[in-house]
Amino acid sequence: MSREQRLARVFVELADTLVAEFDVIDFLHTLTDRSVELLGAAAAGLMLADQRGNLRLIASSAESARLLEVFELQNAEGPCLDCFHTGEQLVNLDEATMRARWPNFWAETMQLGFRSAHALPMRLRDEIIGAINLFGSTDVLLTEDEVAVGQAMADVATIGLLQERSVLQKDVLVEQLQTALNSRVLIEQAKGVLSERAQIAIDEAFTTMRAQARARGTTLTTIATEILNGSYKTADL
Amino acid sequence: MQILAELAGVPTTESGPSLPQRLVDLCATALPVTGVGLIVMTDAGPGAILAATDGAARVMEELQFTLGEGPCVEASQQRRPVLQPELARTAPQRWPGFAAGALDAGIRAIFAFPLQVGGIRVGVLDLYRDTEGILDDAELAEALAFADAALTILLHLPTGAGTEDMHPGLVALVQNRAEVHQATGIVSVQAALGLAEALLLLQAHAFVVDRSMLDVARDVIARVLKFAPEDDHRE
Repeated sequence: MSREQRLARVFVELADTLVAEFDVIDFLHTLTDRSVELLGAAAAGLMLADQRGNLRLIASSAESARLLEVFELQNAEGPCLDCFHTGEQLVNLDEATMRARWPNFWAETMQLGFRSAHALPMRLRDEIIGAINLFGSTDVLLTEDEVAVGQAMADVATIGLLQERSVLQKDVLVEQLQTALNSRVLIEQAKGVLSERAQIAIDEAFTTMRAQARARGTTLTTIATEILNGSYKTADL
Repeated sequence: MQILAELAGVPTTESGPSLPQRLVDLCATALPVTGVGLIVMTDAGPGAILAATDGAARVMEELQFTLGEGPCVEASQQRRPVLQPELARTAPQRWPGFAAGALDAGIRAIFAFPLQVGGIRVGVLDLYRDTEGILDDAELAEALAFADAALTILLHLPTGAGTEDMHPGLVALVQNRAEVHQATGIVSVQAALGLAEALLLLQAHAFVVDRSMLDVARDVIARVLKFAPEDDHRE
């Protein structure tokens, strides 16, 4: 498949997700997975700002505890935080740049084997609602075209979060963002419950939940809700 | 948390207004709204009106109880804020019964905030006013801060704790750390508790051993620290 065909296929898949039974967290997880594939990155995460101005991770291509910490660390320093404040793309950040600008962030990313990072703003007109963070395991640079693809993914993520392009009102934006943030908390609680019931690690619990959601053609939030209300039987795994 | 600190400045007395009542009164004063209501609403549905300012706030809450529909019922069920700056335009199609009663009572805008932590669902904070219009960014942030304070109060309601016993940053902290939510899930299974009780148990344990909730949560995830059903009563 050519690069253009792959690209077209991804955008059709994302558009499909938007019209089917819509679950914003599923959609954003798919989006981070696809941005990793399309841009040859090692990991991707999507962070949204809450009303208190904190950046919170909503979805990522992998859910290892260490990776989640690198995202969370960026409430103190890192490209996501700077990108969120300035609204500017920060791409092709190499080791030297990261080390100089964000020493703590750099140290953590090195330990995970990452050698490059990129942050792309999620923008709704004049407002920055969050950022997509990409990590590379080599210092290969993104081309101008690839940066454009990444930014298109960030724009699609914004549209998906708001569910409709015509969302112009502040109140609807707040409703959607708060929903996404609370769904994420629901999923974390369900990961804990499943991990203890099935005696598996937290990462594995998440992988299981996603696989179940796909197998049953339902949403991650539905699976999480079933786990929390007890209607999801661990023996079914 | 400033709002809780402000409420804590005045000790609750037997005869004086309750903590939830003082919260809604303070909220109505601090924000450009006409009135505020605070209701208990769990998975089972609407529970009780915990506090409301004078006037239409009580009418608004009673309507939602009676009819089982309205912005606050929807906020709780859909787990999202329901912001209705132009009630007359948007409410009649969405909640016909409620809209008629609310408009009659002179209500023109409602902002309902669910008081939830993921699957923990304890109530709704409703702000209303007699004129149309949105809350601006700063007002929304303030309203959400009141919602956080209300959530903290409601979470502690079953324990009978006063503000002095409440973890001042409980809500802010738990909302930002994935590990605390994961640990809450784990503890709820280990100790055979609901999620809300499991969260409070984690908090109580952190307090007793004088460590941060995040550190305690990490030990729970690593299974270094385990809880059992009887741990519920160990204090």
